[in-house]
Amino acid sequence: MGWAIALHGGAGDIPLSLTLGSRQPREEALHHCLQIGVEALKAKKPPLDVVELVVRELENIPQFNAGKGSVLTNKGTVEMEASIMDGRTKNCGAVSGLKTVVNAVSLARLVMEKTPHVYLAFHGAEEFAKEQGVETADSSHFITAENVERLKQAKEAHRVQIDYTQPLQNGTKEETSNTNGEVQLGTVGCVAVDSYGNLASATSTGGLVNKRVGRIGDSPIIGAGTYANELCAISVTGEGEAILRATIARDVAAMMEFKGVSLEEAASYVIHECMPKGTAGLVAVSAAGEVAMPYNTTGMFRACATEDGYSEVAIWSAS
Amino acid sequence: MGWAIAVHGGAGDISRSLPHDRRQPREEALRHCLQIGVEALESNLPPLDVVELVVRELENIPHFNAGRGSVLTSEGTVEMEASIMDGNTMRCGAVSGLTTVVNAVSLARLVMEKTPHIYLAFDGAEQFAREQIHLHCRIFQGVEIVDSSHFITPENVERLKLAKEANRVQIDYNAQPIQNDTKKEKPCANGDSQIGTVGCVAVDSHGNLASATSTGGLVNKMSGRIGDTPVIGAGTYANELCAVSATGKGESIIRGTVARDVAALMEFKGLSLKEAADCVVHERTPKGTVGLIAVSAAGEVVMSFNTTGMFRGFATEDGYSEVAIWSDAQVE
Repeated sequence: MGWAIALHGGAGDIPLSLTLGSRQPREEALHHCLQIGVEALKAKKPPLDVVELVVRELENIPQFNAGKGSVLTNKGTVEMEASIMDGRTKNCGAVSGLKTVVNAVSLARLVMEKTPHVYLAFHGAEEFAKEQGVETADSSHFITAENVERLKQAKEAHRVQIDYTQPLQNGTKEETSNTNGEVQLGTVGCVAVDSYGNLASATSTGGLVNKRVGRIGDSPIIGAGTYANELCAISVTGEGEAILRATIARDVAAMMEFKGVSLEEAASYVIHECMPKGTAGLVAVSAAGEVAMPYNTTGMFRACATEDGYSEVAIWSAS
Repeated sequence: MGWAIAVHGGAGDISRSLPHDRRQPREEALRHCLQIGVEALESNLPPLDVVELVVRELENIPHFNAGRGSVLTSEGTVEMEASIMDGNTMRCGAVSGLTTVVNAVSLARLVMEKTPHIYLAFDGAEQFAREQIHLHCRIFQGVEIVDSSHFITPENVERLKLAKEANRVQIDYNAQPIQNDTKKEKPCANGDSQIGTVGCVAVDSHGNLASATSTGGLVNKMSGRIGDTPVIGAGTYANELCAVSATGKGESIIRGTVARDVAALMEFKGLSLKEAADCVVHERTPKGTVGLIAVSAAGEVVMSFNTTGMFRGFATEDGYSEVAIWSDAQVE
C-alpha cells in the first residue's frame, strides 16, 4: 500500500491516426500534470489538495476541454463546470455555468469550504467567485481557434458532440489535419490516494460542443462524474448524458461496497457491461493504492503513477 | 402484484404541535394529489405521466415548497428545480434556477423528451421554456410562464425574514424561530415553517416505474444554489427495480447519493425495498436530514424518514391508502 494517482484528459473516439502534432502536446501535458501530482503526493500534500492542483493545471492547458480550451455552447460562449470530493469526509463542492472563472475546480472547492452549500451555478456562482476574489478573465482567455472551428463544424453537421467524433466526412477516408487533429480533446479529471488511504477526486469540463446554453453534464454531478468515499475515488469522462443516467462514479464505489468486488472488477464492469459502447471512461484509485483506468471508447488520454515507481501515460490500449 | 403510488410534501422537523390550520390544508392536499394519482393509475396512464401529473398538482399548491409557495433565496426571489426519471428506459430530465415556469417538473420532462440533454438550468432553461411555448402558441404540454410574483407567498416572505434575522439557511422545517426565552412558538413562524420539497413515485401493474421531485430549495439559500432535487441519483432515481424520491437537507442527500443508494442496495446486495430504504435513511445519513418515498417493481411501498416527520401518503391497488405526517407511536 502506498500513494497512487491517476488523471485523464478525456475519453472518446480518438482516432489511431491522430497526428503527431495533435498527440504530442497532449502526451507532454499529461506527463507534466502527472509529475505535479506525484511531487505533491511525495511532499505529503492531502489528496484533496493534490487533485485540485492537478486539475487546475489541466484546466490551464488549452489542448484539453476544461478552463482554457473549453468547447463552446451553441451561442459561441463557454460554460464551465467542475466538482471535487473528499473521500474521508464525503464533503463535496460543484459549480456550473462559469464564464469568467479561470479555475472552476478551485471555485468548486470554495463552495465546499466557504458556503453551507454543495453546488452553485450560473450567476450565483459568478457572484460568489467575485466575493471570493478568485482569478477571473474575459471569455477571450478561454476561447481557442480550434474550438471556434469545432463549433462551426458541429453546427454544419447539426450535431452536439463529445468533440471527439469525426468531423464532416467528404466521402473520403482522408482526415484533414485541420479538423481531425483538432477534434481530440475532452473533460479532465484526477483521483488520488495517499499512503494512509485518504482519497479524493475532481473533474472539470467545458461540456459538449454546441450544447444548449444552460446545459449541465455529468462533471459537476456528485455520483455521476465525480465520487469519493473511504473505499475509492473516481473521475469519469465521456458522454455526459449517458454518465448521468448511469450514475457511474457512485456505481463503481457501490459495487465495491455492497458486492465486495475489487476496484478493477467494479470499474471494468460498470464501463464494459453497463455502458453503451463509445460513451465512457474513468480513472479510479482505491484506499489500498490500486489504480484502474477502463474505457469503452477508442481511446482515453490518461496517466497514472504509484508509489512503487510505476508510471504510465497513454491514449489507446497496449494491444 | 398491482399498482402502487406514494407522494410526499417534504420531510423535516415538523413539530407535533403543528396547529390544526397548518396541518389540515396539507393533509387534504396530500389526499387530493394521491387521489389524482390513483385515478390516473386506474385508467392505465403510464407511471411517468402519473408522477408528472401528481407533482404538477403539488407544485400548484402553495402550502408546499415547490412551484407556487416555493421558499425564497437570500435575494427574495424564487429559483425552482425539479427532475423526473423513467425506470424502464432510465431516461431522465432535470431543471434548475427557474423563475417564471409554473411547473418545473413538466419542463424537466420536456428537456428529457425534446433535447439531446438531461439537465438545463437558469437562463438556458427559461429560454427553452419560452421556445416550447412559442413553437406552439399556447400553453403547450404544461409549460406555462408567469410573472415570478405568482410563486411568492406572504408566508415565505416572512420565513425569509426570520431566517435572515437568525442568519441561517434552513430546510424551512427548522421550526424554532429566534428564541425569546419562552417556549411559546409564534404561530406565524413555527406554523409556517412546516413545508418542504414535493415528490411522487409510482409503479403500474406491469412493474413500470417512475419518479419525480420538485422544490423551491432552502430558505435564504444563496442565489445559484442547487440542491438534491434536480440531481439524478440524489433526489430522484428510477430503474427496473424501484423508484425513489427524496426530501430533506439537500446537501446531505447529494453527499449520500440517497436515491441511487436505495436502488443499489437492492441490486448489489439483494436487499428488499424496505431494508434498502431503512438502511439508507437510518444507517447511512445523519439524523434529521432525510426522508424518502419509494416503490418497487413488485408493487411494494416504503416511506422512510429520520426527521421528526414527513408529509406523505400512499395507495396500493388492493385498496389500501394512508396520509400521514409523523410515525406511528412505536419506535422503529
